[in-house]
Amino acid sequence: MTTTPIVLNRDTMTVTRETDVVPFRSRVKEHAVKIGMSLLNQTKLITGASELVRNMLKYGNGGIVKIEIVSKGRDSGIRLTFEDKGPGIPNIDKAMQDGFTTGRSMGLGLPGTKRLMNEFTIKSEVGVGTTVTVTKWKNG
Amino acid sequence: MKNESIKIFQKKKQAVLEKWIHIQSQDQILNNDLITNEDLRIQSEELLFAFIDNLSDSNIDNAESRDFESVVDILSSISISRAKQGYSPRETGNYIYSLKEALLSTLSEEIKDPATLYAQSMIINKLLDSFSTSTFETFIKGREDVIFRQTDEITQISTPVIRLWDGILALPIIGTLDSSRTQVVMESLLQEIVETGSSIAILDISGVPAVDSLVAQHLIKTVSATRLMGAECIISGIRPEIAQTVVHLGIDLSTIITKATLASALKTAFIMLNLEVNKKQRVK
Ligand SMILES: Nc1ncnc2c1ncn2[C@@H]1O[C@H](COP(=O)(O)OP(=O)(O)OP(=O)(O)O)[C@@H](O)[C@H]1O
Ligand SMILES: [Mg+2]
Repeated sequence: MTTTPIVLNRDTMTVTRETDVVPFRSRVKEHAVKIGMSLLNQTKLITGASELVRNMLKYGNGGIVKIEIVSKGRDSGIRLTFEDKGPGIPNIDKAMQDGFTTGRSMGLGLPGTKRLMNEFTIKSEVGVGTTVTVTKWKNG
Repeated sequence: MKNESIKIFQKKKQAVLEKWIHIQSQDQILNNDLITNEDLRIQSEELLFAFIDNLSDSNIDNAESRDFESVVDILSSISISRAKQGYSPRETGNYIYSLKEALLSTLSEEIKDPATLYAQSMIINKLLDSFSTSTFETFIKGREDVIFRQTDEITQISTPVIRLWDGILALPIIGTLDSSRTQVVMESLLQEIVETGSSIAILDISGVPAVDSLVAQHLIKTVSATRLMGAECIISGIRPEIAQTVVHLGIDLSTIITKATLASALKTAFIMLNLEVNKKQRVK
């Protein structure tokens, strides 16, 4: 059973440099607090958001993030959509593996974020860009 | 044929200047302390003369023309210095708006034919509007520079190294641990280790809002660097929600000594240094 969630509020932010990360995270946190998300889920959401926004900066030359408050049945949550027009990811399965990195890093950002969120989808096309959408439910 | 306005401005240079300064002094009453009248006159004269002297038929409709380089330079340095002196955008904007007012009012005194006056006013209006746009752009840039400088300063002052005990250093980290911040933290920590001959450093992250893979990597790097110096590093202040998140993310901090609180980190440090803290026995 998959019902599409209803969007209650939408906000977008452009992220083009390192200094945009902290204000972006604060904005996500504000929304999470507004819907009364638990501290643990807030921390998971913000940490995952931080991973994705850093990937967008490091590999995708920056992009736009959509922050939405969504509601499905009794639960409400935060949905984030990271969209960049960077080089894209040639092999998503590989990129989703723990430890895979092309940036001499830990390779935990994508798989780790998937574990931290309730919903995670990634679409990427080489030469076109990458879009990652994640949702964290208030009580998820 | 020389454009009507150019001829007028060249002839009336001094009069335009007086008019402009007069308009400015009227709305600057409140701000006498920010800039002296003498400075204002020098600044205004320099800008106005650069503008009039460079104005020609070929550039009167093009604010981007190379001929206006000196005008734009003067305007930029004025708006940057005004941004830094704490002027509001309105006050900075008024500077160029009042110039426009002085120019247009001079035209209306000199040109009798309404159609010519209208056409000339439109041209001058458009040119000056382009200048004001670039003034605002530089004004904002001036403000951003202030912000960047403050960011640097905050980074510097928010990473104090505290001598907690003989041989034990503590470094409370507050805020986000990004790459430049880590650099500062690491440098001041390593330096202090050398200077004090300390063998234990406690990095307290109670004030760090989130530990993502980048922050974790920075922490791991700092710990390794400390170990290379022959000292041991303890990370304290890991809140329960952060501990859980780090585990889900898949970060392995098992090679690092971590403690929930600074107090327990200090206790561990005492044990490592073979120190014992005892309650004083009361003699009855
Ligand atoms: N937005 C993106 N555009 C292009 N490639 C990306 C993007 N995001 C991730 N990738 C690719 O996927 C790989 C894995 O990403 P992931 O975030 O899991 O690890 P990492 O960024 O390399 O390391 P870590 O996040 O642990 O610091 C990256 O190394 C990069 O090659
Ligand atoms: Mg990453």
